[in-house]
Amino acid sequence: MTDLKQKKPGFLNRLSHAFTRMTDERTVTPQEYDYARGVEVRVEGLNKSYNDNHVLRNIDLVVHPGETFSIIGPSGTGKSVLLKHLVNLQTPDSGRILIDGVDINQPPGVAGGRTFSYSMVFQTSALFNSLTVGENVGLWLREKEVFPERRIRRIIREKLRLVGLGGKENLQTSELSGGMKKRVAIARSLAMNPDLILYDEPTAELDPVTTDELARVIEGLKNKVNLTTIIVSHDLEFALYLSDRVAMMHGGQIVEVGTPDEIRRSSNPIIRKFIYTTTKGLKGD
Amino acid sequence: MLTIIGRKLLGSAQVAGEMLALLVETIYYCKDAPRNLRTIFQQIYDIGIGTLPIAALMSLFIGMVLALQTGAQLAKFGTQEALGAVVGLSMAKELGPVMTSLLVAGRIGSSMAAEVGAMQVYEEIDAMRTLEINPVRYLAMPRLLACLVSVPLLSIFAVMIGVVGGGVVSDVNPVINVPMTVYYDNLTSSVEASEILNGLVKATVFGGIIAQVGCYVGFKTSGGARGIGYSTTRSVVMAFLMIMVADYFLTRFML
Repeated sequence: MTDLKQKKPGFLNRLSHAFTRMTDERTVTPQEYDYARGVEVRVEGLNKSYNDNHVLRNIDLVVHPGETFSIIGPSGTGKSVLLKHLVNLQTPDSGRILIDGVDINQPPGVAGGRTFSYSMVFQTSALFNSLTVGENVGLWLREKEVFPERRIRRIIREKLRLVGLGGKENLQTSELSGGMKKRVAIARSLAMNPDLILYDEPTAELDPVTTDELARVIEGLKNKVNLTTIIVSHDLEFALYLSDRVAMMHGGQIVEVGTPDEIRRSSNPIIRKFIYTTTKGLKGD
Repeated sequence: MLTIIGRKLLGSAQVAGEMLALLVETIYYCKDAPRNLRTIFQQIYDIGIGTLPIAALMSLFIGMVLALQTGAQLAKFGTQEALGAVVGLSMAKELGPVMTSLLVAGRIGSSMAAEVGAMQVYEEIDAMRTLEINPVRYLAMPRLLACLVSVPLLSIFAVMIGVVGGGVVSDVNPVINVPMTVYYDNLTSSVEASEILNGLVKATVFGGIIAQVGCYVGFKTSGGARGIGYSTTRSVVMAFLMIMVADYFLTRFML
């Protein structure tokens, strides 16, 4: 246990870290934008603690290129924290995350740096309330100045159509329902043409009909867009329906990884308890 | 007791360090200002035009009260003709920049903290990071530049209105009874360009403080709606204190 307790960085370390953040934002060329491929995600020995709370414990995980991979488990097991590590919103205490062989925590500018793009659909959708639907979807494209305005507008229309919201670009985000917000958030992520897309509890606060619609949208993307997808959810049916493989997380650890069928048939008591004894789980034998 | 004091001191040092880091980062991203011109002008409009009417009203009454209080005292010694200089110097060097900055801190600094704080709480800033948009460049830099431009301009405007207010009172008040021409002559012969420049330097620094405090407190917000409310109050208190402390040192430095 003692080796897992990490030393907190000192004040000067944190100050110098703040200064190292002063790097120019990555530029994207039209060629890079058009070339999207599924990437491999490899997590090795990841640990994270908040004070005395050891949230992630030696996580090892491999997600193959183009795969739809779900991480399931009860609330508070560290699923969302793991996801935030994958998009660099959190820094691990130890361990590393490699995407297509590149350590995402290495300082920018180091040789062999990042050539992939990722995006994340947040549990709360996290749309920018001051912007319209179209402005939300096109924000990244306009900030990166990848294309002329006419092409950006076309991409916005295209991505909104892909998630079933064609013609809604002028709506204010406050006028949208929860399900529509989720779909706008997906369209915003897709506008980046990412190699890796992550969903944090995509079905949270959605009714069953909207959940089905969302599942169809993500399933449609699986067939149309070549990307690696990681879904964090405690919605078992949703995860098992969409995923190529599923990982079960419990107490900050990955307890089992397998195909949906393998997970259903697992004899692991933690998995059985999670999927068969909850009211929202699968029907028991 | 010593532990509590030590903890408070360490906490203050940490806040100072983090604010310094944010300031350096914000200044670094000023090179990207042309990319954010629309946001910068929007912020200048919100801060400048939005605050103009209330700043005018406030300065008018500050000038009038200043003339009334000082003029009545000067009249006792028959030196009320110096009223133009007193009002002009007080407004240009001190009251104009300080009162305008306090007004902007209360009106704009708090709304900056609330806006950025809400974005922090509702994961919009995290979303921004995953969209590879630096929140300091996108949120803090335009607000800093807008404050650096708007607060000195508002301050000049406040000084002019305050001086006019003082002139009106000195002319119409029977106790003071200083004609507008005498007030104006005394004002122009006493207030030099360097004094106005002093006030402008102060207003620029205060503008920077307002933006930095608003954004810093916003970025550090946590804990839902209550956290946003707390940040709003915290930003106003911090900005007021820092403006007052900075005012002393700037005055000392520019004496």
